Amino acid sequence: MASLDRVKVLVLGDSGVGKSSLVHLLCQNQVLGNPSWTVGCSVDVRVQDYKEGTPEEKTYYIELWDVGGSVGSASSVKSTRAVFYNSVNGIILVHDLTNKKSSQNLYRWSLEALNKDSSPTGVIVSNGDYDREQFAENPVPLLLIGTKFDQIPENKRNEVLTRTGFLSEDFNAEEINLDCTNPRYLAAGTSNAVKLSRFFDKVIEKRYFTRDPSQMTAFTDRKRFNFKSLHYD
Amino acid sequence: MFTSQVLFFGFGWLFFMRQLFKDYEVRQYVVQVVFSVTFAFSCTMFELIIFEILGALSSSSRYFHWKLNLYVILLVLIFVVPFYIGYFVVSNIRLLHRQRLLFACMVWFTFMYFFWKLGDPFPILSPKHGILSIEQLISRVGVIGVTLMALLSGFGAVNCPYTYMSYFLRNVTDSDILALERRLLQTMDMIVSKKKRIAMTRRQMYQRGEDQNKQTGFWGMIKSVTSTQTGSENLSLIQQEVDALEELSRQLFLETVDLQATKERIEYSKTFQGKYFNFLGYFFSIYCVWKIFMVKFWSQHISFILVGIIIVTSIRGLLITLTKFFYAISSSKSSNVIVLVLAQIMGMYFVSSVLLMRMSMPLEYRSIVTEVLGELQFNFYHRWFDVIFLVSALSSILFLYLAHKQAPEKHMTL
Repeated sequence: MASLDRVKVLVLGDSGVGKSSLVHLLCQNQVLGNPSWTVGCSVDVRVQDYKEGTPEEKTYYIELWDVGGSVGSASSVKSTRAVFYNSVNGIILVHDLTNKKSSQNLYRWSLEALNKDSSPTGVIVSNGDYDREQFAENPVPLLLIGTKFDQIPENKRNEVLTRTGFLSEDFNAEEINLDCTNPRYLAAGTSNAVKLSRFFDKVIEKRYFTRDPSQMTAFTDRKRFNFKSLHYD
Repeated sequence: MFTSQVLFFGFGWLFFMRQLFKDYEVRQYVVQVVFSVTFAFSCTMFELIIFEILGALSSSSRYFHWKLNLYVILLVLIFVVPFYIGYFVVSNIRLLHRQRLLFACMVWFTFMYFFWKLGDPFPILSPKHGILSIEQLISRVGVIGVTLMALLSGFGAVNCPYTYMSYFLRNVTDSDILALERRLLQTMDMIVSKKKRIAMTRRQMYQRGEDQNKQTGFWGMIKSVTSTQTGSENLSLIQQEVDALEELSRQLFLETVDLQATKERIEYSKTFQGKYFNFLGYFFSIYCVWKIFMVKFWSQHISFILVGIIIVTSIRGLLITLTKFFYAISSSKSSNVIVLVLAQIMGMYFVSSVLLMRMSMPLEYRSIVTEVLGELQFNFYHRWFDVIFLVSALSSILFLYLAHKQAPEKHMTL
């Protein structure tokens, strides 16, 4: 398998939000029975039919790289993690709907993955601030997934959905809220399944069909305004 | 006096919010309050010792504060914290969720039973005292705390020089790290290609299975059985290879993290702060060697100054170690339980520090400690501490020696 043929999507988020369960559900269409700590990175492969149902239908293998850890890890862990962020074609940001901090940490996760400078030992070069303009023109497609949806009581659902709505605006990404132990959320025909397919199709398109070099500029070139989002506490 | 307690409480609160619970949402404020209260009263005890030495406040008010502090801390350590630990552990288990309180009380009674039994094998009490006296409780808390302290000090005494002294730091270059990273990525690539094969084979089997469901007749059935058999045999073989490769990738990841950490430590040792700690490391290693051989040479006063330094560094060291430990093992489910366990350990640690400090204090100040804590057999605690300290230090030396020997061999194979 030459490296030219790969489609690589990162799955990022805090420890315990359910990334491994999510990846297992996306790739094996089965619920993960015994989740355990992810050490380092675990990869799985999803078979995706690009443009399903049309005459141009083609099968692609999408690699989902589930990187474990937390944003507060030691810098030695962060530098080692950075080797996995090379040549990424899409990012899935996972947060726990019952834990607000995990949603807030997603800003730091996305910065960590996208601002990676391509120096030998993975030194991260950024000023650490969140810049909304950057996400609006970001060449890498993002998808926001909220887990443990079933653990939110009915009366709190609206509040949570408003909050995640702001989050998806900030990232300029689609959002899906589900429960990783219930495959019903991603059953064929649901709006979630449609959003998922759209995301993967977009990733494949950007990878293979739009090779516009001007779109591939890295984040570090854009240090314009520091527009801090006012939506979250 | 009370203002300083409020101050300590505030500090404990802040530490909790900023450091420990940085990544979690605080939903049960009880946990935070209990942690801060334990921290506040533990620090007050140290403050009282210092006041004792300096002669601040009147003797009777000091005595009053000592007693008050002691009662509160014992109440917290023996009643409040274990009960809440039991309560949160039980709440995590889904089955027992309905009757949480009942099971929490049961857990607490079990704890009290073992706690009481702990006192039997140790010669800590004179038989004069009744069942529910303060001395009974303190003696048991003291035993647990002293064991803990001795274990930690023994390990710390050996680990501290090992970590900070540049003599022991292995030489790590950028190319070593790059080579390991390259190996890691190659392993990940192999895993990916094997998983693609599995996915492809599974898909083909699924599609062929659908076609074959339409095939009827004798030969059709035979064909379908044989082809799926070889297909699934192949699959399980590849799956085993994938499992082995994944294990390898985890090990490579951990080794790379280790090398990066060593490299950072080398860089840190070249800075000014690093050199300062290096010097401290030498100094403390000499002091620790002295303690190991128990030379009763210098005057009590010098050792008391050292006690002051040790208090400050041990509080700081304890908080740092607790934080690291907390990050390593907690998750959003168990974070409450772990914080409470840490609060318990911290409380016991501080109570036993007071007990042991009596040994290092000049004679004239020992009286109040003896008076407040009643007639405990202090000599027992000192001897017990020394024994456990020795055992812990020696086993740490052995452990670190083995780890140090193994490491260079691993990297030779690059």
